[in-house]
Amino acid sequence: MTLNELLTMCRTVRMDILTMVHEAGSGHPGGSLSAAEIMTALYFGDVMHVDPENPDWEDRDRFILSKGHVAPVLYSVLARKGFFPTEELKTLRQFGSILQGHPHKMSTPGLDCSSGSLGQGLSVANGIAIGLKKQNKDSRVYCLLGDGELQEGQIWEAVMTAAQHKLDNVCAIVDYNHVQLDGTTEDIKDLGDLVEKWHAFGWNVIEVDGHNLEAVLKAFAMAAAFKGKPTVLIANTVKGKGVSFMENDCNWHGTAPNADQLAQALEEVNR
Amino acid sequence: MEKIPMRDGYGKALLELCAEEDSKVMVLDADVAKSTRTVWIREKYPDKFLDMGISEQDMVGTAAGLALSGMVPFCSTYCVFLAGRAWDQIRTTVCYNNLNVKFGGAHAGISVGPDGATHQALEDTAITRVLPNMTVVVPCDAEETRKATLAVAKVNGPCFLRFGREAVPVVTDESTPFELGKARIVKDGTDVTVFANGAMVYEACNAAEKLAEQGISVRIYDLHTVKPLDVETVVRAAKETGAVVTAEEHQIYGGMGSAVAECLALNCPVPMEMVAVNDSFGQSGQPQELMDHYGLNAAGIEEKILKAISRK
Repeated sequence: MTLNELLTMCRTVRMDILTMVHEAGSGHPGGSLSAAEIMTALYFGDVMHVDPENPDWEDRDRFILSKGHVAPVLYSVLARKGFFPTEELKTLRQFGSILQGHPHKMSTPGLDCSSGSLGQGLSVANGIAIGLKKQNKDSRVYCLLGDGELQEGQIWEAVMTAAQHKLDNVCAIVDYNHVQLDGTTEDIKDLGDLVEKWHAFGWNVIEVDGHNLEAVLKAFAMAAAFKGKPTVLIANTVKGKGVSFMENDCNWHGTAPNADQLAQALEEVNR
Repeated sequence: MEKIPMRDGYGKALLELCAEEDSKVMVLDADVAKSTRTVWIREKYPDKFLDMGISEQDMVGTAAGLALSGMVPFCSTYCVFLAGRAWDQIRTTVCYNNLNVKFGGAHAGISVGPDGATHQALEDTAITRVLPNMTVVVPCDAEETRKATLAVAKVNGPCFLRFGREAVPVVTDESTPFELGKARIVKDGTDVTVFANGAMVYEACNAAEKLAEQGISVRIYDLHTVKPLDVETVVRAAKETGAVVTAEEHQIYGGMGSAVAECLALNCPVPMEMVAVNDSFGQSGQPQELMDHYGLNAAGIEEKILKAISRK
């Protein structure tokens, strides 16, 4: 895809997120919107190698959505990539849907793992990465983490594991939007200097503007080229990015827009 | 009678599994490799061993990832920290995904002894058997632990094995049959059935011998697989003997006894008694001293057998 096509895809993904969550009447728009460029880059920017015709392709790259509540952004890119029809998006969270409220591997084509209980995804990514190395496979493993999620202790266990085993086929991304359900990360439990923290734990750290698509693509390329250590992208983002009344507001962490709000939001993200 | 710790059977089986051609087995431990005997893998097959450090939750998550990549991981540590500390990881990441992860819960039960209550897993059967997709196995001696470990390796899905620390009598041998999900008849009898697992199988045999002197005929099953439960055998035995006693080194609530009680309440209610730890934590002490204190011995089983029969 050209850069323009990628930017158009980001707008489409944002519209999908808003429409899906509105139709469902519940869900998590804030953290989905903040990850739109990251997810678009991964699936459409020639970063991850996957095959919608063969979701279980052995040599595919893997993606673990550790912050499982932002399922809408993942479902959107999977549908747009062709893993399942885009019409399915409007069934999000409904009885019998292939799109569960939080990712369920066995329900949705293209999902590499179920998730939703925070703090667990990086361990899973590490396990896959170790398994791939044991089997002499070159595939890479990407793992999207929330910033609030870094308050879970298991994350730091996994951070140490990846460094210990020099898992340079792991690339974690922190969606650093500074807002969690109850308020800002600074008010709830301050994350401190994330770049320094990950660096001190032995990772290759790349700080990036998570809404600058070109910068995100460049960061992923640097991560892939870096050998001997796992890489983390500290992606500086805005919660609810693109919708003025949702931005930086924890009340939009897990609230669905009503019809009027949806209309305004769609108009804003499509500008 | 020869006594061997069950964990030796676990270690032996892992060595056998790692020796298989194209073995996909990976053995993980959380800094207790000497205790769980996975140190034997570390020494002989270092490429198949991962010491995850003191990080049980991360160990289970990593194992889930290994399973997703096509490996067959065995997570090993003290049972209390495996089932308890990492329960949410086992539930949501392993069982919800129905991943091929095996759990070796070592040092289970009160017989851990001097370490005291913090290290005495008495709740693990309860909290693992409630998980969809999970298989739960409690072998009775070192040889059966070896067979059970080999057997769960062949199952495609999560399996939890629990076994103790102490050397316990070896009551089976290489030729003794073992089939997952199938209760093993230890001794036939007509007046009452005892379903036992773990080291309580041996104690049940001693109780039955004592009662035979009084003319009481006790049937004994080794109910090693708690889930899926061998419903057919449990119901048939209840019908044929008219009274049931369960015996396990676990809390009275939620364990194998509860599984049998659920099954009988639904299918064939008969007088039933349970030998287990009666809703309390353990304490420090010598293993046998503790087993005796909590009634987890032949005398305790004998008493419950007489009570069950009297209620017929």
